[in-house]
Amino acid sequence: MADTSHGTGGLTFDKTKRSWPNEMNILLALIIIIVIFEILGQVLPYMKGQSFLFDTKDRFDSIFNEARLQIIILQVAIIGIIALGVTQVIITAGIDLSSGPLVAATAMIAMSFAQTELVNGNPNPKAIFGTWAMDLPVVVPVVIGLAFGAMIGAINGTFVAYFRIPPFIATLGMFLVCRGIALWWSEGRPVSFPTEQFAFIGSGMMPVVWFLSLAVIFHVILRYTVYGKHTYAIGSNEEAARMSGINVKRHKVLVYMLASMLAAFAGIVLSAKASTAQAGMGEFYELFAIAMAVIGGISLTGGRGSIIGTVLGAMVIGVIRSGFTYVKLDGSYQLMAMGGIIVAAVILDQWRQQRAAAQS
Amino acid sequence: MTSETDTSNTGQAAPQPDAASGEIVLKTEDLTKHYGGVHALEGANFELHKGEHVAIMGDNGAGKSTFVRQITGVEQRTRGKVWLYGEEVNFAGPLDAREAGIETVFQTLALADDLDVPDNLFLGREMTKLDWLGPFRFLDYKGMRQATIDGLNKTAVKIPNIRNTIRYMSGGQRQCVAIARTATFHSKLTIMDEPTAALGVQETAQVENIISTLKAAGEPLILISHNMRQVMDLVDRIVVFRRGRMVANLRKEETDGQDVVAYITGAKTGAEFEGAA
Repeated sequence: MADTSHGTGGLTFDKTKRSWPNEMNILLALIIIIVIFEILGQVLPYMKGQSFLFDTKDRFDSIFNEARLQIIILQVAIIGIIALGVTQVIITAGIDLSSGPLVAATAMIAMSFAQTELVNGNPNPKAIFGTWAMDLPVVVPVVIGLAFGAMIGAINGTFVAYFRIPPFIATLGMFLVCRGIALWWSEGRPVSFPTEQFAFIGSGMMPVVWFLSLAVIFHVILRYTVYGKHTYAIGSNEEAARMSGINVKRHKVLVYMLASMLAAFAGIVLSAKASTAQAGMGEFYELFAIAMAVIGGISLTGGRGSIIGTVLGAMVIGVIRSGFTYVKLDGSYQLMAMGGIIVAAVILDQWRQQRAAAQS
Repeated sequence: MTSETDTSNTGQAAPQPDAASGEIVLKTEDLTKHYGGVHALEGANFELHKGEHVAIMGDNGAGKSTFVRQITGVEQRTRGKVWLYGEEVNFAGPLDAREAGIETVFQTLALADDLDVPDNLFLGREMTKLDWLGPFRFLDYKGMRQATIDGLNKTAVKIPNIRNTIRYMSGGQRQCVAIARTATFHSKLTIMDEPTAALGVQETAQVENIISTLKAAGEPLILISHNMRQVMDLVDRIVVFRRGRMVANLRKEETDGQDVVAYITGAKTGAEFEGAA
């Protein structure tokens, strides 16, 4: 028995040997997509040489077309907040379909506690409760909304972890329940006229501020805390996680709770931005949130994915949407193209993984 | 780091500690497991001394794995007693056993593919900072990395980069990572269930090197194996199971492969062994 396999070499932490992070591929794809739209802007005859992202008129102020950049990120910020939560759920090899209707239900409930008593001197025509619920401090609707989200998430997590209901089914049930709650809350009527404080939560670029700050917080949590490590471990090998002493069931409930609280917060921001809450809000939000995570390189079988990837995935969707509008592509074509891009992203990712497996 | 292990591969390098006189690590008395009417394990009296490496051999269904499952708390025994370092133990589950210091390397490796080597070694018992943050307390990556390097050095495991995920590692490397947990956490007893069954020649050599290293470090070990050459190379004592009973307890230098095979197949019976343990 020779000792060829036995040595001192290699037992180090070598930064240069770390593999090319998955997120770099998405960043690359994002840049390529932007370049394609720039080229289309120059090539398509009806575009008259407009630039997609750069400011060609006022060269002294800034080089970018800031208005477009703002729209790109603003239109994905609210769904992006949901995607931060769904990313964590998918890393545990789960799925959360209930987030879209949860946005609507939370918007209705939170807005009911955020109404002003007087609108232009007249009583609030959309009042849900009596005057006791009018002009409350902004913290009240926010806490009530987040608590509702936490409750829905706890139910989702309990069904998944303790009753072993497949996440798809458990959250599909909650999808319908939440849409029902949103309709039942005010019998289908919209809830409107929030306090100025509440409206501020969603005003201007505030949704982007929330999205990016929450992204930073959850990036740190997933990457550097025990919670994050256990989330990846459960998705990677649930049996190994259990054998290692991780309380898998309790951890899953926590993950679903955080995801639903993020979706509830998205509902708060959305209603504040729109200054109204309607039962039909948040349609397809759950699917777009999942799409952002998928484009961001997450694995639906769990264990792989990151917040940075999901933020980049959100940016890809924002850029594509904005780009399609920029080249004046009709909304119906936009949906078709978006569907193709999501599937293409997964195919590319699988091909990349197979190549990585073959190389090692 | 390698000098003391280079020759111990043959199991004859250092003078073996006198097994019989050492402290008793593990002792079982009348350990019995029935599955309904099937007597999978019947009255096993077993002893393991400090620094001793013992192999458990036997045909399929002889009771080897059943025996291990009773010790590691995976199953609840029908009858009998187990002592670990003189203290009677009743493990409710595998976690209990692990906390008590019994580290088991299972045939199906309990590793998380998407995590790297330190993450897997410390899974469920991470080094942390800012503990007041509860579940959101921070990981001490630096500390775990250093402890991993120390642990791997102790077992002489060679892994190209510990920050790579386990997913693309070879079977031997994965097995080494699983075994390295033992060295990292100073477990009181290591149990390996067919650690080389699925490995190639070179990978087997690598795992056997680790076992030799553990031997040199005086770590007690129970090895379940079908590989006679491996057993003869590595352990001090061979215990043979047949039809749920311990039929032989042989010191390596007093036996040979043919003798052991005779006990395994039943050509030789364990009548003279009754009550010896």
